[in-house]
Amino acid sequence: MHFKSYARTLAIAVSLAVVAGCTSTGGSRDGTMDDGRANGGVGTGTAGAGQVSGTGTNGVSADRAGQQADGRIPEVRTIYFDFDRDTIRSEFESVLVAHARYLRSNGNARVVLQGHTDERGTREYNMALGERRANSVKRFLEVQGVSPSQLEVVSYGEERLAVRGNSEDAHAQNRRVMFAY
Amino acid sequence: MKVIMTTWLGVLLLLASSLAQADLTIEITRGSDRATPIAVVPFSADGESLPEDVAQIISDNLERSGYFAPLPRDAMYDRPSSGDEVRYGQWRALDVRYLVVGHVSRASDGYSIRYELMDVSGQRRMLGENVSAGGNELRAGAHYVSDQIFEAVTGIRGAFSTRIAYVTAQGTDQDMQFALYVADADGHNSQQVLSSREPILSPAWSPDGRKLAYVSFETERPAIYVQEVGTGQRAQIASFDGINGAPAWSPDGRRLAMTLSKDGQPDIYVMDVSSRNLERITNNSSIDTEPAWAPDGRSLIFTSDRSGGPQIYRHTLGSGQNERLTFTGNYNARGRLSPDGETLFMVHRSNNGFQVARQDLGSGRLVVLSESRWDESPSVAPNGTMVIFATQQGNNGVLGAVSADGRASYRLPSASGDVREPAWSPFLN
Repeated sequence: MHFKSYARTLAIAVSLAVVAGCTSTGGSRDGTMDDGRANGGVGTGTAGAGQVSGTGTNGVSADRAGQQADGRIPEVRTIYFDFDRDTIRSEFESVLVAHARYLRSNGNARVVLQGHTDERGTREYNMALGERRANSVKRFLEVQGVSPSQLEVVSYGEERLAVRGNSEDAHAQNRRVMFAY
Repeated sequence: MKVIMTTWLGVLLLLASSLAQADLTIEITRGSDRATPIAVVPFSADGESLPEDVAQIISDNLERSGYFAPLPRDAMYDRPSSGDEVRYGQWRALDVRYLVVGHVSRASDGYSIRYELMDVSGQRRMLGENVSAGGNELRAGAHYVSDQIFEAVTGIRGAFSTRIAYVTAQGTDQDMQFALYVADADGHNSQQVLSSREPILSPAWSPDGRKLAYVSFETERPAIYVQEVGTGQRAQIASFDGINGAPAWSPDGRRLAMTLSKDGQPDIYVMDVSSRNLERITNNSSIDTEPAWAPDGRSLIFTSDRSGGPQIYRHTLGSGQNERLTFTGNYNARGRLSPDGETLFMVHRSNNGFQVARQDLGSGRLVVLSESRWDESPSVAPNGTMVIFATQQGNNGVLGAVSADGRASYRLPSASGDVREPAWSPFLN
């Protein structure tokens, strides 16, 4: 009982810190991002993690919603990449921010960042490209204050295609990093 | 029939199992215009019905090589079964240069194959031999005879008695099934050596043909394993943080080159197999992967994107020197050297996708050998005459092969699922 309330206090403190952190990071990464977007950026809301919506609009709601949100793994667990790129697309920054918040609030949580490529090119070279993508996500999360000990990178290259076929659409759905908690 | 099942880290190992056969068939896609006309007359068999058509296996082998154009059976007016019975004029009239005749009989412990190779224009016997084959070795006997004929005519050692390893895969994403097989070079006698729900890739034969090194994700992390093909006994030999990939045996079989990213980015390492000691070969912020040994064991080739896109480099051991080998196009990867070390085979990206290409290392000239848009994983036959690779037919992965001169090609379609990652064994006899 005693421990629980302490844990809750800690969680609230951490989640507040997270909100502050993601706002400033969002701003520094993309000058056009205003605070509203960076917070709502926890647009994880739009991306499916409804319970996170409203986080951080003010301290009070961050308190309650944050607890809820930080207790659950964000629902969006896949982000996609451009051809031959390992840079995080701006539309997915909010997803990473939500995962960063979750991981900071749940210090015992560990996640495997699974890097994937499309099937063009050789298998072992793609293994290396998939690792680059997953490392790019890892660095983003670390900048967000996630402990490296919570993160592991495993590249699958082109070995676990999400979609078969040689269409551009299939390729785009295969170039991804998945969060496996 | 021996079936051993071992649960090891959650993986099912099936050995020498006829339950898990997935033989590949062969479709010739292109015959060489320089092929030598030959006739392989159906072997007589004392009226017995045999489980295999030995002459047909020999004929198919010779045709697939691209070096021979066998005469169709319905064009044979005469069916001699020994050299004494050959009427040369008949075969000369059919423009046949070589003739193979023979006889198969049952022996106490299997079969006896007697064959003769005749030079039609010289009207002489070039080869003649009695071969004994065990009860289930009739195909092996036919491959042996094919090897002898191939070498007698071309001067090149035959590679029909070799094997191939390959990987099959079915499903997508989290719901997949992978298996590693070995089969005869003609796709027959397939045996599953490993099956897993997690990826299997990069099989590589040891130089003595007894072991396979490969990458398996069965622990949900990539690791390199070495497995005895005959017994199924195996060991995990590399499971560092990050990538453990692309194992390649040194020609003496004592070392494995591999790709590890434990120190930050993918680099080439060489492991002493018995001591497991590691030596780092490359140290570069770029991707370095897909190592392969030169036949003399003095250098390694590998893929690196240090110049931007992937190109193939050579690292001379002991010198620390890296030399770029490929300059044609912006994507050349997964190089393999011919047995004489003078020709490089690789995956080359053209305007029309990815093909298997050959580069003469002396002149630097690159020639595209394969024709589909999704060709990869070239592996060279131990006699250097053919390259087997992974290609696509419809939406399915199949194996293809092309002669080193590009003139002849064939495919090995499978009944189900994707087939990929072929590795041609060394000579086994």
